[in-house]
Amino acid sequence: MNLFGFLKPRPSAPVARERLQILLAHERAISGGSDLMATLKEEIIGVIAKHFPLEREKVQVKLDRGDAYSTLEIDIEVPSLSKAHPGNGSSGGAKLAAP
Amino acid sequence: MAKVLVVTSGKGGVGKTTSTAALGAALAQAGRSVVVVDFDVGLRNLDLVMGAERRVVFDLINVIQGDARLPQALIRDKRIETLHLLPASQTRDKDALTQEGVARVIAELKEKFDWVICDSPAGIEKGAMLAMRNADIAVVVTNPEVSSVRDSDRIIGMLDAKTARAENGERIEKHLLVTRYHPARAARGEMLKVDDVLEILSIPLLGIIPESEDVLRSSNIGAPVTLHAPESAPARAYFDAAKRLQGETLPIAVPEERRGLMSKLFGRRVA
Repeated sequence: MNLFGFLKPRPSAPVARERLQILLAHERAISGGSDLMATLKEEIIGVIAKHFPLEREKVQVKLDRGDAYSTLEIDIEVPSLSKAHPGNGSSGGAKLAAP
Repeated sequence: MAKVLVVTSGKGGVGKTTSTAALGAALAQAGRSVVVVDFDVGLRNLDLVMGAERRVVFDLINVIQGDARLPQALIRDKRIETLHLLPASQTRDKDALTQEGVARVIAELKEKFDWVICDSPAGIEKGAMLAMRNADIAVVVTNPEVSSVRDSDRIIGMLDAKTARAENGERIEKHLLVTRYHPARAARGEMLKVDDVLEILSIPLLGIIPESEDVLRSSNIGAPVTLHAPESAPARAYFDAAKRLQGETLPIAVPEERRGLMSKLFGRRVA
């Protein structure tokens, strides 16, 4: 143990490393996320459109990233189906919690 | 089978052009036929670093626009027979570079050479996109410094999304080249270590190029460092990197300067 250790400047490389790790985790989530959400939305529209007439703008896919868990929110509004089905389900919403 | 390699980084000034010249020369010195292509339209410099600035007649844009044929624009290196340069244009019109035109020229170069090495401009604009577009292999040049690492991360994401290979669902081979490395400063905790950079970027390591006076000295006189100072630490690192690109497996170490007796006795500072 060096008695005069406190005179030396603290190494800055570990700080650089930590800052980068935090920043890049965030930036990757944003850039990777936008593509993922766009792809997911297209695929969902593809599946739903086979069974219901629907408008593209009425499909919302959103991902909220949290520390403990993230929430994937998919909101699809379909035209009134009252003729085909007795129930008045005009809007379908689903919420999923992803760990 | 010809390979197309892009040397890219996002950030400017990290050593893309130096590394393009050195890797291209090292591959040519090993007997491969190589062309290095400058994609930095408006700010060409590969010709200068390679010492061919006074021999440029036609350039990449002339070939793309049909004003010159490819053989007219190619400059053969005076020192290594199998090394060629396709310079960039000094025009300010960046739109002269088109995706179809670039693809056509790269396809023609692939018929003539074993290695087509594209020197990307800095940034993430059109020029950088077109430089990486047709690549099979990417060398990501990174300095052990926060802004360079961040930009490299961005570029790696683009390689995986915006290249022709990525769009066809194929994998693009990516390698990390750490340049301007000071082993002593990294050991003292003043600079990111290679392992830190590797852990953050998580692509395989192609080589570690130590900071060295020989790199500047070589560009001053217009020669790739592997030609001008083949025994120097950076040159040996580039030779090893070129071997790895050709599929050889070599242990990675930071080459050290070979110090003469006098400098050993009088203890020249390393970093």
